[in-house]
Amino acid sequence: MAVNRMFRTCPTTGLKFHQPAEALIRWNAVVGVVFLLVGGILALLVTLTRWQAVHLLPPDMFYMVLTGHGLNMLVFWIIFFEIAVLYFAGSTLLGCRLATPKVAWAGFWLMVIGGLMNNYAVFIRGDSSVMFTSYAPMGAHWSFYLGLILFAVGALIACFVFFGTLAVGKAERTYNGSVPLVTFGAVTAAIIAVFTIASGAIILIPTFGWSIGMVPSIDSLMYRQIWWAFGHSSQQINVSAHVAVWYAVAAIVFGAKPMSEKVSRTAFLLYILFITLASAHHLLADPGLTSKWKILNTSYFLYLAVLASMVHGLTVPGSIEVAQRAKGFNRGLFEWLRKAPWGNPAFSGVFISLIGFGFLGGISGVILGTEQLNLIMHNTLYVPGHFHATVVLGTSLAFMAITYFLIPVLFRRELAFPGVAKWQPYVFGLGMAIFSLFMMGAGTLGVPRRHWDVSFSGNPLGFEFPGTAWLMIGLLAIGGLLAIVGGAMYLLVTVYSVFLGKKIETPGFQHVTAKAGMAAPAPAAAPLTGYGSSGHAASASGTFVLAMVFLVSFVLYYFINWKYLSTVWPLR
Amino acid sequence: MSAIQPPANRLWWKEPIERIEITWVLIAFVWSMVLFFMMPYWHVFGSQNLANEAYKNTPEKFTAKTQEMVDKYKVREETGLNDQKIPVVHPPAGGDVYLIARLWQWWPILELEAGQTYRLHLMSMDWLHGFSLQPENINIEVHPNYEHVLTVQPTKAGTYSIICNEYCGLNHHTMASRLFVTEKK
Repeated sequence: MAVNRMFRTCPTTGLKFHQPAEALIRWNAVVGVVFLLVGGILALLVTLTRWQAVHLLPPDMFYMVLTGHGLNMLVFWIIFFEIAVLYFAGSTLLGCRLATPKVAWAGFWLMVIGGLMNNYAVFIRGDSSVMFTSYAPMGAHWSFYLGLILFAVGALIACFVFFGTLAVGKAERTYNGSVPLVTFGAVTAAIIAVFTIASGAIILIPTFGWSIGMVPSIDSLMYRQIWWAFGHSSQQINVSAHVAVWYAVAAIVFGAKPMSEKVSRTAFLLYILFITLASAHHLLADPGLTSKWKILNTSYFLYLAVLASMVHGLTVPGSIEVAQRAKGFNRGLFEWLRKAPWGNPAFSGVFISLIGFGFLGGISGVILGTEQLNLIMHNTLYVPGHFHATVVLGTSLAFMAITYFLIPVLFRRELAFPGVAKWQPYVFGLGMAIFSLFMMGAGTLGVPRRHWDVSFSGNPLGFEFPGTAWLMIGLLAIGGLLAIVGGAMYLLVTVYSVFLGKKIETPGFQHVTAKAGMAAPAPAAAPLTGYGSSGHAASASGTFVLAMVFLVSFVLYYFINWKYLSTVWPLR
Repeated sequence: MSAIQPPANRLWWKEPIERIEITWVLIAFVWSMVLFFMMPYWHVFGSQNLANEAYKNTPEKFTAKTQEMVDKYKVREETGLNDQKIPVVHPPAGGDVYLIARLWQWWPILELEAGQTYRLHLMSMDWLHGFSLQPENINIEVHPNYEHVLTVQPTKAGTYSIICNEYCGLNHHTMASRLFVTEKK
């Protein structure tokens, strides 16, 4: 059997790229960015419609565009990019060949076809404005479900190609000892992806059968329960993947070593064990489930997955702090942070992603996911406020940040418009933070999500929201527009760089024998000189202070919401 | 070695953990436990907990029950969208009250008394709907074929709104109604 062993070594980073892996990483990333472009245009239309001072689209168009926005962003953009991350963390970081490239391409094309078919159902047929969630018994055209199923099968294939690649690296001994932490994070994402996609299949295949008349009915509660095992768990793939990206950027920009391999890996393990229970987050206001079930599941089994995120929230900036202090930025608590490369978009993007994900996305997620507190927020704008902070400010911004590193390394082009790139994370991050924050504010006042007209114009029984709510809707629209400008800046830089950027001449691919690809034998273990894996003497005291600020905000905001709950009508 | 390379120490799981890191892990763990125990605590000591009472039912039976209530306790009518007449019912305090959610209407309009408790039955006739009581901001998912029974106690007299906050198709945004709360008689 002919095995492709064409490798090149990146002269700037020393990373070894396998030719088929590199092509697949590129294409998955590029297609992901195309879906981001589509989703971004739809985002503009959604924002300009919900901003009722403009109220751009008529209702049917609005609901259609909102459906497409959710699917193109949350599914197609993110998962394509995640597949690129998996192949990078598998083949490139382990320096080994990608397993079964042809199968990987088959998976890629299934994903492309699935994504196109789904968009066909939504936009060309126009009869599938059922939102991202497509709750039965509201039905879409069969091609809507089939598109999603094909896409999911493709993504599942990619996960198994990734697992195969891990086996190849192990068998051909391209590395010593354990896989890198970033690869470990990618493994976490891939394992959660398998569970997620299986749940998607369990619910979407019968729903597809229902749409062509083969299945008589779909129970609405069962649909929500199983669909969310797909819908929410897929957000947990994002969390694992973007935490892996955080660690990767900390390593690339600072040469940061994990503070403790043991702690960081255990935290990833907690994701695998408990994060799949999150389906319950969406069912807290539903009939037919007991409070015992809701409490155990919504808390990710005693909040152990929240614990994991709080751990990563300390260890990522902590590892940066330790690396910076080792370089001499040792004065006071925060010199390491002040002297960080704020002009490097890979770093600033990741840091804003980390802060935004933690402070806005993380805290609001716990509030929303508390059984009783959910009553005063369920299906309000608080929900999209929360998940734009996690999945856009957290995941998308982290992915954008690592693109700035990948363009010269992977596409061998210089980054175009460096000035635009430098500001992009700030514009995007600030816009998205304003957007999320005021969405949550409007949600706290009861403004519903997925709603074309919260003024209820012409409806004698309509409700008049207070002026504060309208002010917040205006502000969130401005934040949204700013974020769209940030997104456009990202697209300008990446698309221009990839296709028209100045080429960087690097040595091409060369045939490498299996033996030459093996890692050098590990040197004898050095004695431990300090604490943890980084063996450092300096500690992360500045990060600890930041973590305490986070904790205090968390505690205060959490109990403010209980206070708010205690004033509403007694209910049992 | 950095996070993109294999750990330098092959026996990384034997490395001691730095003090700051382990302190944070412990603090975060304690906080996680607080987060968890707040929920059972509120079930015992708090007054806002969603009922676990629900039944499988059919639209026909639920409509019949609701119609029965409307026939007995209708006090007047309100005019809704497109001049639709919607009955207002004032059921006896402490009793069962029914509210139908359907495309794109809440039916009928309830008039309750402040400080009294009611068993509120919610069910959808077709797709999912979202019961959202404003400005109180109580939000509950309404399913077809599942009858959800909540025991509610309105606190203050006034005119409240019920809007739909689960997307239910093209006219979702027109699905709004009232709920009146009068002083205790």
